[in-house]
Amino acid sequence: MVDLQRDDPLASPLLRVEDLHVTFGQQPVLRGITLDVPRGQTLAIIGESGCGKTVLLKAMIGLVRPHRGRVLFDDQELARLNDRDLSTQRLRFGFVFQNAALFDSMTVGQNVAFPLRQLGVARQADIPPAVLARLAEVGLPDEVVTKKPAELSGGMRKRVGIARASVVNPEMMLYDEPTTGLDPIMSDVINELIMRARHRHAVTSVVVTHDMRTARKVADRVVMVYPLARLRSGEPQVIFDGPPSELDRTRDRRVRQFVQGEAGERIMEMRQAVAANGRGGE
Amino acid sequence: MTESDHIPPRGEHAVVAWINDWGGVVVDALIAVGDFTLFVWQTLVWLSTRLPRRETLLPNFYQVGVLSLPVVALTGTFIGMVLAVQSHFQFSQIGLETRLGAVINMSLVRELGPVLAATMLAGRVGSAMAAELGTMRVTEQIDALESMGAHPLHYLVVPRFLACLFLIPTLTIMADFMGVVGAYFYSVFILGIDRHFYLYNSREFVGGFDLFVGVFKSLFFGAAIAMVSCYRGFHCLPGAEGVGRAATAAVVISFVLILMIDLFLGILLDNIYYAFWPAGARLF
Repeated sequence: MVDLQRDDPLASPLLRVEDLHVTFGQQPVLRGITLDVPRGQTLAIIGESGCGKTVLLKAMIGLVRPHRGRVLFDDQELARLNDRDLSTQRLRFGFVFQNAALFDSMTVGQNVAFPLRQLGVARQADIPPAVLARLAEVGLPDEVVTKKPAELSGGMRKRVGIARASVVNPEMMLYDEPTTGLDPIMSDVINELIMRARHRHAVTSVVVTHDMRTARKVADRVVMVYPLARLRSGEPQVIFDGPPSELDRTRDRRVRQFVQGEAGERIMEMRQAVAANGRGGE
Repeated sequence: MTESDHIPPRGEHAVVAWINDWGGVVVDALIAVGDFTLFVWQTLVWLSTRLPRRETLLPNFYQVGVLSLPVVALTGTFIGMVLAVQSHFQFSQIGLETRLGAVINMSLVRELGPVLAATMLAGRVGSAMAAELGTMRVTEQIDALESMGAHPLHYLVVPRFLACLFLIPTLTIMADFMGVVGAYFYSVFILGIDRHFYLYNSREFVGGFDLFVGVFKSLFFGAAIAMVSCYRGFHCLPGAEGVGRAATAAVVISFVLILMIDLFLGILLDNIYYAFWPAGARLF
C-alpha cells in the first residue's frame, strides 16, 4: 500500500486529535490522545475491549464531546461548530457502526437513501439508481432494497451499513469494529470492501478493530490504545503508533501480547480477583 | 488525644449519612428537572427553526391519531355507561335521576374525556415511543442519525410532539362523544330515565366553555406525554432492562403529570370562568 500523504510534510492532516480527554461521569476513558490522520491514509486503531477506541472514533465525528482537548476536521474544531454547521460537516463523514445501526423502521433502500435525502442535493429520481449502484458495489442484489434490516444476516447488515455510510462519497470513513461477529470469509469480504472504498473513492479511513487480520490487511498505520485503568499516571495511552509491519518488531510487551493474542498475566489477575472475592465473602 | 477522639459517635454518623443520602436524591432530582427542561427547550427551538418533513410527520400522526381512535372510542363508551350506573342509584334516592344527564356529561367533557384520552395515549403511544427511542439509543441508531447530519430532536422528537399535540384534542372529542352516547343509551334505554329531561338538563348545564376546558387541557396532556416519553427514550439505560424501564417510567410519569396538570389547569380555568361569569350555571 502506498502512502502518498505521509511522505508529504506540507499536506495538512484531514483529521487532527489534540490532547483529547474524555470522561464519563467520574470515569476517565481517554487521556491526552494526540494523533493526525493524513488525507488518503487508512489508520487502524487497535486495543482491547473497553480501552476507549470506540469513544475515540465517536469523538472524531463529534458524537462524544471532549472533556479537554479538541478534534479538528479539515482545520475546523468540531466542538465549536453550531448544530447546522456540524450537521453539514458530518455529511463529509461516513460512519459504519459496530452492529450497523440500521433504522429498523425503514427498508434497506430507505436506509441507504437516508444520507442522500439528508444531503438534499439529489433529485428524487436520482436516489433509487444511486442506492442500487451502492448496494451492488457491496455485493448485495436489488431484491434487498425492499427488505427490513431484521430480515438480513449479520454480514448483509454490515454491508448495508457500509453502503449507507459511503453513498454520499464522504471524504472520511470511520469503521467501528467492522468485522466483529462475522465468519472469516465475511470478515475478509468486509476488509476487501474497506480497501475498495479507499481505492475507488480515495477516501481517508479510520478503522477501529481488535481483529489483527483486518488491521494488517487494510491499514497503512496502526495506533494501539491501552485501557487507562491499566496505566500508571503520566503514562501515554497510545502505546504504539506505526506501520503494521512494525507490530511484530516492537519491544513493548503489551503490544506483542495483544498482537499475538496472549492472556499473559490476565489469568493470574483473574484468579487473584476471584480469591480476593472469596475471602471477602467469608 | 488519640485518633478515636475524632471519630463521631454512631448516631452522628447515621445523621450525616442520612443527610448525605437525601442531599444526593435532591441533587439528582434537580439535575433531572434541569435536563428535562433543556430537552423541552431545545425541542421547541427546533420546532420553531424548521418543520419536519412530511414523510416523518405522517407515520407519527397515523400512529398517534388513527390507531388510537378505536381504543379511545371503546373506553369512552364504557366510562359513560359506568358513570350512569354509579350515579343512578345515588340520584334516584333523592329523586333527581333526570339530572344525570347534566352530571355525567359535565364530568365527561370537563374531566373524564380528556383524562381518559390522555391516559390511553400515554399507555398506548407513550410507552411505545419510549421503547422505540430507547431501542434506537441502545442500538446506536440515534448516533447513526447524528452521524448522517440529522438532528435527533428535529427528526425524532418534533414529529412525535406535534402528533401528540395536534391529535389529542381529536381523541378527547372522540372520548367525550362516545362517553355521551354510551351514557345516554344506558340511562334512557336501560335505566329508563326520561329522554326529554335527560337531554334538557344536559343542554342546560353543559356549555361550550366546558367542552373548551376539556379540549384545552388535553393540549397540555399531549405535550407532556410526548416530551416525557421521548425524554425517557433518549435517556434509556443500556440493555433490554433499560428499554423496559424507560417505557414503564414514561407511562408512570405521564400519568402523574396528567393528573397534576389536570388539577392546576382545572383550578385556573374555574377561576377564569367565575371571574367572567360570576353567576355561572349551577347544578343544584
